[in-house]
Amino acid sequence: MSSHNESILREPLVTGKDITYAQITDDILLPVENKPNKAWWIGFIVAACGAMLWVISVGYTFWTGIGAWGLNKTVGWAWDITDFVWWVGIGHAGTLISAVLLLFRQNWRNSINRSAEAMTIFAVICAATYVVAHMGRPWLAYWIFPLPNQFGSLWVNFNSPLVWDAFAISTYFTVSLVFWYCGLLPDIASVRDRATGLRRRIYSILSFGWNGSVKTWQRFEIVSLILAGISTPLVLSVHTIVSFDFATSVIPGWHTTIFPPYFVAGAIFSGFAMVQTLLLILRKVLNFEHYITMFHIESMNKIIMVTGSIVGIAYLTELFIAWYSGSEYEMYAFANRVAGPYAWAYWSMMTCNVISPQLFWFKKIRTSIPISWVLSIVVNIGMWFERFVIIVTSLHRDYLPSSWAMFYPTWTDVGIFVGSIGLFFVLFLLFLRFLPGIAIAEVKLLLKSASLQHKTKLVQEGAFPEEQVEFFRESLDKYDSVTQEDINALRKK
Amino acid sequence: MSNTKYIIGSFADPDDLMHGIEKLQANNISIYDCYTPMPIHGIEAKLGVRPSRLPIAAFCFGALGATLGFSLLYYTMAYDWPMNIGGKPSLPLPNFVPVTFECTILLCALGMVATFFFRNHLFPGRAPRVMDLRATDDRFILAVDARENTDHALVDRLLKEAGAVEVKYNERKYVSYE
Repeated sequence: MSSHNESILREPLVTGKDITYAQITDDILLPVENKPNKAWWIGFIVAACGAMLWVISVGYTFWTGIGAWGLNKTVGWAWDITDFVWWVGIGHAGTLISAVLLLFRQNWRNSINRSAEAMTIFAVICAATYVVAHMGRPWLAYWIFPLPNQFGSLWVNFNSPLVWDAFAISTYFTVSLVFWYCGLLPDIASVRDRATGLRRRIYSILSFGWNGSVKTWQRFEIVSLILAGISTPLVLSVHTIVSFDFATSVIPGWHTTIFPPYFVAGAIFSGFAMVQTLLLILRKVLNFEHYITMFHIESMNKIIMVTGSIVGIAYLTELFIAWYSGSEYEMYAFANRVAGPYAWAYWSMMTCNVISPQLFWFKKIRTSIPISWVLSIVVNIGMWFERFVIIVTSLHRDYLPSSWAMFYPTWTDVGIFVGSIGLFFVLFLLFLRFLPGIAIAEVKLLLKSASLQHKTKLVQEGAFPEEQVEFFRESLDKYDSVTQEDINALRKK
Repeated sequence: MSNTKYIIGSFADPDDLMHGIEKLQANNISIYDCYTPMPIHGIEAKLGVRPSRLPIAAFCFGALGATLGFSLLYYTMAYDWPMNIGGKPSLPLPNFVPVTFECTILLCALGMVATFFFRNHLFPGRAPRVMDLRATDDRFILAVDARENTDHALVDRLLKEAGAVEVKYNERKYVSYE
C-alpha cells in the first residue's frame, strides 16, 4: 500500500517540501526530546493553578460533605452532573476519531487520533471525579460494584442506570486506555531508539520491547482494527447509558426516548469542538502545521456543523413532542425552559449550539483559524449550557409548586468546575511533553500516498489529466502551510 | 569464516524493501525478518507469514465476557438475592443488556490485547531486541541469517541492486543492549 497512488482530487494530508521519514520523526519528537518552551511553561503553570483549585475544592467537598455545593432538596443534581456529562461527552470525539474513522478508512485521522485519544482519557478522568465526589462518601465508592459484602451479600441493583453507568464508564476508560497505549508502543520505541542514558531506560520499559518486526506489525494492525470495531458500539453505548440516567426517570423533560441519539450526537459535537480548540493551538505552538493541515481543520468543522444540526433538530423535536404529547407536565417543563427563570440558559444553549455552527456553511469561516477557534469555544460553552438546562430546569420546578426553588452555585461548585479544566490541561500538557503528540508510524504511512510532495512528483511526471490537476491546485488555496511556490510546482515537466 | 551472524540490508524506501525481498527470494535466500518503522501492507503475503488468529481469540474472549456478565447478573439478581422492586420481575432481560454488553467489550479488548502481548513477548521492562536502531525511525531493515546463507557476496550484491542504502554485517544478533 505504500506505493498506492491516491486520486489527485483528494487534498493532501501532509504538506511541506522535502519531507522524509526521518523528518517526520524529528518534527514530531521535537517537543519530546527538547526542553519545553516558554509557551508550554506558561500553560502548565496556569493549568497547575487550576488543578490546585480543583484539589482544594474537592478536598473541601470531601471534608464537609456535598452540602458544600449549592444543591437543595428540589435541585438535587446540578453542576456536578452537568460537568460530568460535559466531560464524558468531550471524551467521545477521541474514540470517534480513533475508531469510527479507522473503520471508514479516513486517513486524515492519522495525524489527529493520538492527541484526541489522550483527550478522551483525560476527559473521562475529569468526569469520573464528579461521580465519586457526588457519592458524598467517596471512600465507599466501591459499593457501586457487585462485591461480596458483610450484609449477607446484598448486591447492587442492576436495574439502575446508575449502576450501568459505572460499568459503562469504567469499561470505556479501560478500553480507551488500552487502545491509546497499544498505538503508542511503536512511537515510544522510536523515542527509545534515539535516546540515551536514563531516558532510554525509561522509554525502554514503556515500549514493552517493541521491535517492529513483520509479525508484530501484522498483529498490531489486527488489534487496532478489532479494538476500533468494538470501541464503536462501546462509545455509542456509553453516552446512551449516560442519557439513561435521565431518560429512565419519570421527570418531565427527562423521560423521553429521543435522549440516547440526541446525547450521542451532542457528545460528538462537543468532543470535536474540544479537539478543534486544542489542535489549533497545538499545531501552532509545536509547529505541526504540515501534519495537521487546513484539510483536517475543515473536516472537523464539517463534523461540528453536521452534529450541531442533529442536536438542533433534537431540540426542536423535543419541543414538538412536548406539545404533541398533550401531557400537561411535559408541556410545562418545556414552556418553563423556553420562557421561565432559566430562559437565559436555554437561549444561550440555542444560540451557541444551533445557530453558531451554521456559520460553518461558509467556506471562508470553515477555513479561518481564528473564527474556528472562537466557534469551537462557543460550542463548548453551549454544550455545557445544554446539560445545565436539561438537568436544572427540569428539576427546579417539580410537581409541587410549594417546593419550587432556584439553584445557586457556591464557590465550591465553581472551583471544582474551573479546577477540573486545569486538571485536564495539566494532564494534556504533560502528555505533549513526554509522549509523541502525533502518531508517527501512522503519519509515515501517508508520506508515499497522501502527501503534497508525492502528489507533486506524480503531477510532474504527468500522471494526471490537466483538469484534475487544476482542481487540485484550487483546493490548495485554503492551506496556510502551502506556499505559492508549492502550487506553481504542480506543473508537468 | 567470519563472525557475521546477520546481514542487515537497510533501505530508505518501503518499495525498495519489497523489491529486495523479491530479489532474495528469487535467489533462494531465506529472509530472517523485516523491521520497519510503520506497517507495510502486503509484506506478510510476500514473506509467507500466515494471517493472524487474534480475531478468533477476540471472539472467544468476547463470548466469555458475555457469559460471565450475564451469569453475574443472573446470580445476583435472580438466584442469590431476588428483590421485589415494585412487583417487577427479578429476571428483567432488557435491563441486563447494558451490563452484559459492557462485560463483553471489556473482556474482548483486554483478552485480545493480553494475547497480543503474550504472543509477541511484549511486556514492560522487556529488553528491546533491535537489529538496527534506525528501524523505528527512517530505515526499513531486512535481516538475513548469515549462517544459513553462506554466499555473503551474493546477498550483498542483491541487496544493493534492490536499492539498499547500506549493508551491515552484524556480529551480534541484537545491537540494542550492551
